[in-house]
Amino acid sequence: MTAIDYDLLHVGDTLPVLVTAPVSRLDLALYCGASGDHNPIHVDIDFARQAGMDDVFAHGMLSMAFLGRLLTDWVPQHQLRTWSVRFVAITHVGDAITCQGEVAEKFEQDGERRVRLALTTRNQHDDIKLKGEAVIGFPV
Amino acid sequence: MSSPCIAMIDTTFIGAALPVFSADVDAGRLRFFAKAIGQQDPIYRDEAAAQAAGFAGIPVPPTFLFCLEMESPNPAALREMLNIDIGRVLHGEQQFVYHAQAYVGDRLTFTPHIADIYAKKGGALEFVVRETQVTNQHGVRVAALRCVTVVRND
Repeated sequence: MTAIDYDLLHVGDTLPVLVTAPVSRLDLALYCGASGDHNPIHVDIDFARQAGMDDVFAHGMLSMAFLGRLLTDWVPQHQLRTWSVRFVAITHVGDAITCQGEVAEKFEQDGERRVRLALTTRNQHDDIKLKGEAVIGFPV
Repeated sequence: MSSPCIAMIDTTFIGAALPVFSADVDAGRLRFFAKAIGQQDPIYRDEAAAQAAGFAGIPVPPTFLFCLEMESPNPAALREMLNIDIGRVLHGEQQFVYHAQAYVGDRLTFTPHIADIYAKKGGALEFVVRETQVTNQHGVRVAALRCVTVVRND
């Protein structure tokens, strides 16, 4: 990982994009087991239909974990101060997820230089699924 | 237009504490998680790689603290307290505030409470906000989590 130079960052700069393979049912089963989120609505189509959904759908936190990879591919994890997302729309089986981040603000806080990143995940139709922001610290 | 004829969630539970619990961070579980999210970076699997990258051990990845919240002896405690059907819930928002890095081998203590309950769209959607403080085995503050659950009543 090449260290990011705070002084060379500008508002509007973008992070290297991360694109996933289409989310499969196997991905959802693996995430169910690995995450400990055993809500059947993500893996059991009978349950999902009974709950009024057409099909199982991806855990929001799987997409947030993809965004986490985008962030930790860019800076070491210990530079991550806060981040939050809104799950704007459901991520469906077959969606290929594109994770994007953009420098929205440079500022100082708690005696440290920081950037605020605007984050999104979108599917192959460019529909926004997650929207959020993260604050990254650059300790001297 | 028909109104949902579902009893609203009892807002007197705002501020209620949920059971405190501890969870151990297991190396094998983190390797499984890395596989599940397509994480290839060796620092999340291999101790030597993590140390070479300047970490004291294999770091707990940023969203995994949310997963450890599922290690509660009763992960359904909140839904049972508020009488919520698991088939009607969606994850609305999630926030993490990080104070210190957590590592494989840590024993983390989770202290959750119900921070807010509110409705939108005339009660068609209800929102439950859970906030959780996380500390490690040395009593050091690791993180704060904020989870907004949406309940579909329509």
